[in-house]
Amino acid sequence: MTIIVLIKQVPDTETKVRITADKKGIETNDIKWVINPYDEFAIEEGLKTKERLKEGTVTVVTVGPARTVEALRTAVAMGADNAIHVKEEGTLDTYLVSKALAEVCKKENGQIIFTGKQAIDDDQAATFAYVAELLDYPSATVIVKCDISADKTKATLEQEADSGAKNIIETSLPAVIGVNKGINTPRYASLPGIMKAKKKEIKTYTLNDLGLGAETARAIDSDYQLPPERAAGKKLSGDIPTQVKELVRLLREEAKVI
Amino acid sequence: MLNFSLSDEQTALRDMVRKFVQQEIIPNAAKYDETGEFPREIINKAWEAGLMNINIPEKFGGMGLGVLSDVIINEEMGAGCLGITTSIAVNTLGLYPIILGGTDAQIEEFAVPFLSSPKLCSFCLTEPGAGSDAGSLSTMATEEGDHFILNGSKMWITNAGHADLLTVFCTTNKELKTKGIICLAVPANLPGISFGKHENKLGQRCSDTRAMNFDNVKVPKKNLIGKIGEGFKIAMRTLDRTRTPIAAGAVGAARAAMTYSKNYAKERKQFGQPIANFQAIQFMLADMAVKIESARLLCYNSGWLIDNGQIEQGGYFSALAKRHAADMAMEVATDAVQIYGGYGYTKEYPVEKIMRDVKLVQIYEGTSQIQRIVIARHLLKD
Amino acid sequence: MGNVFLIAEQKDGNIKRVSLEILSELNRQGVTTTAVVPGFGDLAKVTESLVKHGAAKVVVLEHEVLNEYTTEAYAKALHTYLVGQNPSVIITGATSHGKDFLPRLAAKFGAGIAADCVSFQFSGERVSVRKPIYAGKCSKIVDFTTGPAVFSVRPNVLATQEANKSGTVEKVAANPGTVRAKVMSTVASQVKKVELTEADIIISGGRSLKSADNFKILNDCAATVGAAVGASRAAVDAGYAPHDMQVGQTGKTVSPKLYIACGISGAIQHLAGMRTSKVIVAINKDPEAPIFQKTDYGIVGDLFEVVPLLTEELKKLKSQS
Repeated sequence: MTIIVLIKQVPDTETKVRITADKKGIETNDIKWVINPYDEFAIEEGLKTKERLKEGTVTVVTVGPARTVEALRTAVAMGADNAIHVKEEGTLDTYLVSKALAEVCKKENGQIIFTGKQAIDDDQAATFAYVAELLDYPSATVIVKCDISADKTKATLEQEADSGAKNIIETSLPAVIGVNKGINTPRYASLPGIMKAKKKEIKTYTLNDLGLGAETARAIDSDYQLPPERAAGKKLSGDIPTQVKELVRLLREEAKVI
Repeated sequence: MLNFSLSDEQTALRDMVRKFVQQEIIPNAAKYDETGEFPREIINKAWEAGLMNINIPEKFGGMGLGVLSDVIINEEMGAGCLGITTSIAVNTLGLYPIILGGTDAQIEEFAVPFLSSPKLCSFCLTEPGAGSDAGSLSTMATEEGDHFILNGSKMWITNAGHADLLTVFCTTNKELKTKGIICLAVPANLPGISFGKHENKLGQRCSDTRAMNFDNVKVPKKNLIGKIGEGFKIAMRTLDRTRTPIAAGAVGAARAAMTYSKNYAKERKQFGQPIANFQAIQFMLADMAVKIESARLLCYNSGWLIDNGQIEQGGYFSALAKRHAADMAMEVATDAVQIYGGYGYTKEYPVEKIMRDVKLVQIYEGTSQIQRIVIARHLLKD
Repeated sequence: MGNVFLIAEQKDGNIKRVSLEILSELNRQGVTTTAVVPGFGDLAKVTESLVKHGAAKVVVLEHEVLNEYTTEAYAKALHTYLVGQNPSVIITGATSHGKDFLPRLAAKFGAGIAADCVSFQFSGERVSVRKPIYAGKCSKIVDFTTGPAVFSVRPNVLATQEANKSGTVEKVAANPGTVRAKVMSTVASQVKKVELTEADIIISGGRSLKSADNFKILNDCAATVGAAVGASRAAVDAGYAPHDMQVGQTGKTVSPKLYIACGISGAIQHLAGMRTSKVIVAINKDPEAPIFQKTDYGIVGDLFEVVPLLTEELKKLKSQS
């Protein structure tokens, strides 16, 4: 069984975001690049699934510039068997990335495809379903538990739904599964793993190799902006019941947090 | 040509350990410091991540990594908690005598099992009456048929209460001084071995430190590492390799102290402005940076020299690294507490713990004074 | 501006507010919109409010399968209908369902997509959207090149507004296709302690609570909004709360959407643990308490008076929504 994990390299969560002069992106000079945290859960789920099934291979795939190969090496150091890099230095969007990922999934004949429910850079939360549709596979996201049937034809999933409810989903395989925090605890890339990853040959494709040479991004970014500075806080006035009413109104209508 | 950059693998190792420390050590460091509880769970996780016993050679299935890798690991760990670092790192110290002085069969028998489960190994050199003067140790090994009979006491033995294996330095003839010393690989469960209580220490409180006693302990002769009389040399060769990573732990601790106090100085307001605006604070921070960077370079340099076979100078360079790193870390941590003022003196903030923890680095594995002696001897030898 | 479609979302015959929010904004920008509602059964209330908020036309995509949400059925039914309508813009609310089916729908059109936008602007034939990224650390404009523009809009950002317009309602038999990922059952949430570091809302108490028993008033308040309860170091040291509830440098670092500090003065170590909270509220008797410098909203008053009132207000709010 071929287990594929789709991953993305993103700036570390600690990153202080600074915008470039042309406002078309963020400064990347000092950024520490890491595997998208949700994709780490996906890698771990891929490895766990292989361990539970006692067979199969885990292949990690990413699309992006040369630096993204490091994310693949880290995944191999965690235990992934194979890594595939679709190398593209140009502008990417959900459409183009999904196209490339879907082509790789086809080539590799992925039977179960894991990915994070969203990437913490663009917060799109769209790739899992976009890829699934391009492959004509079923999909489910925000998954916190995944059991593959003994005959490997279907999966039973636990999905976090609104208001703390959980849906139990059954899907045929192959399928694309977007995982959420809580599904597992990702292992560390081990030191022996790091040494193994150094020697691992990473398969590289270009968009051209995948028959996507003529394709371009369909959503184009511009005018990056930082959020406005936090306004000075206000002390409410009036008698206590009035203040409390006003507080609840502000929290709901102005701050929109309840 | 000089090249100060880490390789891709070394960078990956550093990032991995940093993450491990962030997630596993930092959130628990204060708790272990408070209770003095042995950090077994963290040790097991470090073992799973392959961060222990990295010096076991590749031909035995190990990583065969050198001192520089331990330097990288220990700096990151030291930035989290020196007590936990010591608990994790002491296996390297315990296993080196076997790796450096043992036969293939001995490495196979005593060291290789450490690759298949998270076992612990203690290095047993110091005695109640033999600290800095380790050569005067008096634990006796008397030959009796195909065994040595071991009698005597050891002191300040790290992880002793949890160890599976002990590398014990003892003497067959005290009159021969260092030439009479041997090294034995001793399973910790042999009859006649007893352990004192966990010492209640100033710092590194969770690292298990105990006195030990050998009362007619029967150790097979096949457990003799190296030849009779080679024990002291094996111990010194071991310490040459481990002092540099120990120094790196202090670099990490100092780095953490600097980061904490720098952040605090930017936040804490007095006289209407952040105290980081005052030169009194700025100078302390600047000096911290100089000390930390210079100590790290000494560690890297020493590690590189040892790993590249320039071991004859290793004792000298590891002494340079340890002397400077230990003393500078003490200074940096003390200044960090000073920057925090009253808050820094409380357990509410992490810097007083660093100050207590780094004090030990000036003492264990050769005091700062012993390091100076090693350095001076090297300088004056011609 | 071509053919603009809003995919409206309903549950059990009740319209989702975000659908009306988007529709109101489209209307404010003078955009003629067709609202498409997948569903089954009595959707009169839904279609009525869509018309009321400015939909020129409401299309009910009707099929029994669409009564319960599934990704594949929604995407398939919507695509089957929309593909014949030559859509130039497809919008939906960034709800859990909207975020789930929209990428599949976009993929069927081979369209660019922007999720969870906070504003959109029509200008001639084009639409631009603004979308927060890096968890709100910054935002960007997204423009669409070829294919329909497909995007979802974050709930609670745009205001609803009724329009004085008329609109038509049409029912279309939908084609939901085959569903391979089926929801077999749903388990409702059990009341359990909310984990501090994962909580959206945290209510914390300081030493002024005076006893462990008094934390009950915070628990009661927290229960109304599914919040977690935290404590300052002073309260923990005094034995009013266990250490696992401590927020601060030596406790837990939290960044909820809303942090309500009750009777907490605002020592640096506490602030360090919660300053990344999106909105901070302080309730404190002492008007000079340093915590007020860090808060968005402050009430100067006795927490024993304020908190129970707050609980009542939140209960009222909950019963309305």
